[in-house]
Amino acid sequence: MGDTDERRKCNRTAFVTVGTTSFDTLVRAVDSREVKEELSKRGYTHLLIQMGRGSYLPQKSTGEEGSLTVDYFTFSSSIAENLRSASLVISHAGSGSIFETLRLGKPLIVVVNEDLMDNHQSELAEELADRTHLFCARPQTLYQVIAAMSLESLIPYPPGAASPVAKRINRFLGFPDD
Amino acid sequence: VRIDVMAMNVNGNARAPDGKNKKKTGGVEGGSERGNFFLLAVGSKALNEIWTNTCPLTFCDGLCRLLVMEIGKSCCFSNLTSNVSTLLITITITLVVIRFLYVIYWCGKPLRTSLQPISTLIVLGSGGHTAEMLNLLSVLQTDRFTPRFYIAAATDNMSLQKARVFENSLVNEAGGEVVELAQFMQIYRSREVGQSYLTSVVTTLVAMAHALWLMMKIRPQVILCNGPGTCIPLCVIAFFLKVLGIRWSSIFYVESIARVRRLSLSGLLLYKLRMADQLFVQWPRLQSKYPRAHYVGRLM
Repeated sequence: MGDTDERRKCNRTAFVTVGTTSFDTLVRAVDSREVKEELSKRGYTHLLIQMGRGSYLPQKSTGEEGSLTVDYFTFSSSIAENLRSASLVISHAGSGSIFETLRLGKPLIVVVNEDLMDNHQSELAEELADRTHLFCARPQTLYQVIAAMSLESLIPYPPGAASPVAKRINRFLGFPDD
Repeated sequence: VRIDVMAMNVNGNARAPDGKNKKKTGGVEGGSERGNFFLLAVGSKALNEIWTNTCPLTFCDGLCRLLVMEIGKSCCFSNLTSNVSTLLITITITLVVIRFLYVIYWCGKPLRTSLQPISTLIVLGSGGHTAEMLNLLSVLQTDRFTPRFYIAAATDNMSLQKARVFENSLVNEAGGEVVELAQFMQIYRSREVGQSYLTSVVTTLVAMAHALWLMMKIRPQVILCNGPGTCIPLCVIAFFLKVLGIRWSSIFYVESIARVRRLSLSGLLLYKLRMADQLFVQWPRLQSKYPRAHYVGRLM
């Protein structure tokens, strides 16, 4: 009892996002008993799922008896606030979601949608995982990754810059350097 | 004038049909052989050799004669009118081919300083593409790249909306004083995700026609694109406008940050067909795989 109260005091939300896509496999996996148990064990208190265009509806839960509080929604105009208040982000492999999360310095698990044809998204997720900026998981292995992840091992992602390209474009067109 | 043509490799070293390597001398010489005249320079170095060492008029004249000779041999004309019309056709084809090669050669060569604002076409794609493009636009000097035209696919409403928000923020920054307003347009998609390839042929042709219409209206001097299929009809049309001398537009393609090991289909087409003046990649592995691309680091 005391434990549960303490955990509620420090609200730790795991935020799941699929962007504008439909990614039922991930939502189902997150809604599974194994994943929810692992999240609880790792100290998360809330699970918020942004399910996009998917058709699978997760089970809402008010989090009694020490279980996770689970809620979901389809879209919002900006998930920036959700990302900011999350302690863990589980995202589809869209580059927008990935970089928005990394810019905020949040721990990130990327799940690649294997049902998509020509899965070029996995290239980015794998490269960033190789550079230890995030973790990669498949829907089936998500609970294992959550159990085993070491958040301290993550390296912050150094932000990029568009100025090198801008400079080259300007030079090519014959504009003087600033 | 006797112009014979010989195989010329990328280093500009000429090789006579008898197989012996020859150093380039003034003019193009060697033995003429049926079919050999289609050898024209592979690679800009060889082209450079032809241009610097041969009087273009002589070259064209000789090439035409050779073409007419070759066609004459195989078709047995006796009618004078046929000869003249054939000559005209072959001259036109030759000029087009030469102009085509000229454009390919000069693509990728920096332009001379103009200091005038440059009309810019910006191609937007769904999701990450638009975010990346707006990220790039936020560091470009907007007074140099104006007027700006935004094109998105007909089914994509969010991208144009985001572009409008971006342009409004620029107007606000400038204190409401804006010389030219940006314009926003939509183009038919060549292919929807998952569409069958058979119907895609028809929709791509429709998209091409629409692209031609839009390009003739806009005639931009610069095209910025970063991946979506919508940019292909526009870039192809832009390239042909270059060949026809209607408008020289510099095409800049920035491959998406999501492409780490392979180019996207759009990127690959523009790279292989040499249609982009500069193709930028964000990961080093792509630079080593595609040497003519330029590595510029991550934009996001």
